[in-house]
Amino acid sequence: MRDLSPPRSVWVIAASYLAALVLTIWPLPQWAEMFRPVWVVLVTVYWCLWLPHRIGVVTAFVAGLLLDALTGTLLGEHALALVLVAWTTLWLHLQVRVFPWWQQCFVVLCIMLVYSFVLFWVDGMLGYTVGAGLRWVPAVVSALLWPWILSVLTRLQHRYQVS
Amino acid sequence: MAVIRRRRSPQLFSSRPAGALRTFLLVAASIALMIYDHQSGGLRRMHSALSTLVYPVQAVVNVPHALLLWAEDKFAAHVALVRDNDDLRQRLGIAQAQLQQFAALEQENNRLRGLMQATARVPGRISAAEILAADLDPFRHLVVIDKGSGDGVYPGQTVLDANGIMGQVERADPFEAEVTLISDPSQAIQVEVNRTGLRTLAVGSADLEQLSLPYVTNDSDIKIGDLVVTSGLGGHYPAGYPVGTVIKFERNPAEPFATVAVHTTADLSHGHEVLLYWPPTPLPQVTLPRKEAAPAGQPANTGKKGARKKKP
Repeated sequence: MRDLSPPRSVWVIAASYLAALVLTIWPLPQWAEMFRPVWVVLVTVYWCLWLPHRIGVVTAFVAGLLLDALTGTLLGEHALALVLVAWTTLWLHLQVRVFPWWQQCFVVLCIMLVYSFVLFWVDGMLGYTVGAGLRWVPAVVSALLWPWILSVLTRLQHRYQVS
Repeated sequence: MAVIRRRRSPQLFSSRPAGALRTFLLVAASIALMIYDHQSGGLRRMHSALSTLVYPVQAVVNVPHALLLWAEDKFAAHVALVRDNDDLRQRLGIAQAQLQQFAALEQENNRLRGLMQATARVPGRISAAEILAADLDPFRHLVVIDKGSGDGVYPGQTVLDANGIMGQVERADPFEAEVTLISDPSQAIQVEVNRTGLRTLAVGSADLEQLSLPYVTNDSDIKIGDLVVTSGLGGHYPAGYPVGTVIKFERNPAEPFATVAVHTTADLSHGHEVLLYWPPTPLPQVTLPRKEAAPAGQPANTGKKGARKKKP
C-alpha cells in the first residue's frame, strides 16, 4: 500500500490549491479584506514541507501565475514571490518539519514577510505605495492560522494518503 | 520518487534546495514577464488565456451571491414588489420629466455651442453589465464585470453607474473585463468644478469612494458640497458626468496647494450593476491604441435600469 496512484495525490493537491484560490477572492466586507490570510502561500508552504519531492518551485510558479491572473496584478508578480517562498521552504524543510508548532508559526511568519516584501517591492516600483503600512497584517494573520492549516491539510494528506 | 526520498541523508539543510538553477530560471522568468507586461502591455493573449483558465474560480465564488440575489427576487413578498414597482415608476416619472427639459436644454446648448463655433456634444451609447462578486488585490480598487471583449468592451472604456463615473476598463477578456475604479491610487481623472468651471485633476486614494484634488491652489473658490464633473479633457472620459462632491476643503497657508477631498457620487463599494459607455465616435485613443477600440458591436441593451429611454 506504499505506492499509491499518483493521480489521486495530484487531485488532492490541485483541490487544495483550488480551494486556496477561491478563498483568495471570496468576497469579504471592506474592513475584513485587510485581514485575509494569504491562502495560496500557506498551501504552498505546507506541500513544500511535506511533499518536497513533488511540490516545488515549478508548482509555485504556476500557482503564482494563476494568482496574478485572478487578482489582476502584473503577470509574474505573485509568481516571483511564490517561487521565493517555495525555495525558502524547501531549503528549510528538514529543519522546520521537526519544529514544535509555535516555532513553525514563527518560520511561517518569516516566510510570509518575505512574500509580502516582494509584493510590496514590486508594487512600490509600480507606484502603488498606498496602504504600505498595513502590508504586514496578512502575514501575521496567516502565521496565526498556520496550526489550523497544518491540522486540516495533515488530516487531508493522511485521509487520501497523498505522497 | 519515494525511493529517492528515503535515500536522502538526514542533514539539516538540504544541499541542493529545489535545484538552484531551476529556481534561478523561474525567478528570471517572473521578472522578465513583469517587465514585459508592464512596459508594453504585451502578453495580452497570455493574460486572456490565464483569465479564461481561472474564470471558473470567479464563477464559483459568484454563485452564493447570485443565489442570494435570485432568492431575493424569487421570494420577495408581493407587497414589497408592489412597493418597489411604485417607487421605481415614480422615479422614472420624475426622471422623464427632467429629461423633457433636458432635451430642450441640450438643443439650446448645442445651438449656443454652434454659435461659439464649438463642436456639439453628442451622447454616447450605454449598456448594462454586472459586477461579479470577487475581491481582487486588497491594495487596489479593481472589480470584475460579466461583459468582455466578446460584447464589444475595450480597454480604456468608461464605466459608469446610475450616479456617476466609476472607472475605466483595464483589460477586456473574452468573457469578463477588469475595471479599475477611479479611487484606485494609480488613477487620475480630468475634472472641473461644476459651479466655477475650475479645471483640475482628481486622483485616487487609499480610501474606496474618496478622491483627492491635489493641485488646487489655496485661493481657489471651492465650497463643501460642490459637484465635481468630468471635463472631458484628455479625451479619455466623456465630459459632463458627475465624479463626486467636495467633502473637505482645507487651506494650507504653508503649502502651495490646499487639501481637497471628494466623495464619489458613484457607489463604488456596494453596487452590483454598472453601465458601459461607448462614445459616439471613437475618441482619440492616445494612450491605448488598441484595435478593438472601435465601438462597432451589439446594439444598446435597454432592458436595465439607467439605460437611455427616448419616450415622449
